[in-house]
Amino acid sequence: MKVFKVLGTGCAKCVSTEQRLQQVAVRIGIEVGVEKVQDPRQIMAYGVMTTPAIVLDEKLVHQGGIPTVGQIEAWIKE
Amino acid sequence: MFQIFTDFAGWIVFGLMGLLPSSKLGDALHFFVEDVSKIAVLLAVMIYAIALIRATLNVERVRDYLLGKHRAIGYVLGSVFGAITPFCSCSSIPVFLGFTSAGIPIGITMSFLITSPLINEVAVLLLMSLLGWKFTLLYVVAGMAIGIFGGVFLDAIRAERWLESFALEALQRGQADQSAGVNHGVKEQTVMSFAERHQFAKAETVDIFSRVWKWVIVGVGLGAALHGFVPDGWIEAHLGGGQWWSVPAAVLLGIPLYSNAVGVIPVMESLIVNGLPIGTALAFCMSTVAASFPEFILLKQVMHWRLLATLFVILLVAFTLLGWLFNGLTPYL
Repeated sequence: MKVFKVLGTGCAKCVSTEQRLQQVAVRIGIEVGVEKVQDPRQIMAYGVMTTPAIVLDEKLVHQGGIPTVGQIEAWIKE
Repeated sequence: MFQIFTDFAGWIVFGLMGLLPSSKLGDALHFFVEDVSKIAVLLAVMIYAIALIRATLNVERVRDYLLGKHRAIGYVLGSVFGAITPFCSCSSIPVFLGFTSAGIPIGITMSFLITSPLINEVAVLLLMSLLGWKFTLLYVVAGMAIGIFGGVFLDAIRAERWLESFALEALQRGQADQSAGVNHGVKEQTVMSFAERHQFAKAETVDIFSRVWKWVIVGVGLGAALHGFVPDGWIEAHLGGGQWWSVPAAVLLGIPLYSNAVGVIPVMESLIVNGLPIGTALAFCMSTVAASFPEFILLKQVMHWRLLATLFVILLVAFTLLGWLFNGLTPYL
């Protein structure tokens, strides 16, 4: 199972990002894990400065906004 | 150039709705319709245009650019970038840590973070359209001065002592790496096609617009209410002399009122038109925008209370001094 980490200090966009990840996963019927990372130390360790950011299997794949549905599909199916 | 919005509001309020220009309601509504329509059109057009130009500017590039700059230039650049770089205030903490862990001195980072909420393209645009270019220029210079001197002061008192230990360690590591010549994450130059820029600008316009429209309505609504319903001459009679205490009072009043620049500028316009001295109005506006508790509480994650309190006091003192300065200068403007 792929594990997505959503990095962000609790902003509205971070919440939307998590929801969108879940929704897309449900729609295409592949189970994924979604974790929230709010600790600034961990966010710093990923070298992220703009949130929400997404880490997929420990690799930073996106930062600075809510990803599009297309992007999420690509990550899940990849 | 903006006459069209005045005419448009006149047509709606006095023509279609049949209100009298001399009535309080008519006057207030006219102010409301004029400002909301003007701001909406300007925002849509200008955010798009500005976003096209600065599509490739982001915090990562700013950080790489600020790295290793001489301090004296660093504060000024930090403040300039704070004014022009787009970033959401919810990213303040990661940006702070990103700059810090790259070894950028805390003062320069804070010049960036202090200036950022005070000056942004939306605020500048509103000021230009509502209060004219002279006032806008004053505002921008004043906002940057506060960012620059705030940063200088924080470094002078060695504010990094009061960082949370993990942030301080990150700063020291970053500075050690920097003097050892290790290069952190320097990004390759991004080249964008026009289509990509257009995409970015479109998304940016929709994003900013959807975030600020509420503020525009509330801010202009308050401004309109002040405009129509506070008795003519009341503000001028009670506060128009630039009484010394009115400036610190305005700053204190601004603290619990949390707004962004978009909401408070129309209120400021209305206050100034009604005779509030510009120094007092400026102090109020900046305090509302930059000295907000929710954002300060966020910073607690990386700083000790001592540094937070120091920062808060610096801002309040700066806004007060600025208000007095501008009230004193008014006769010569």
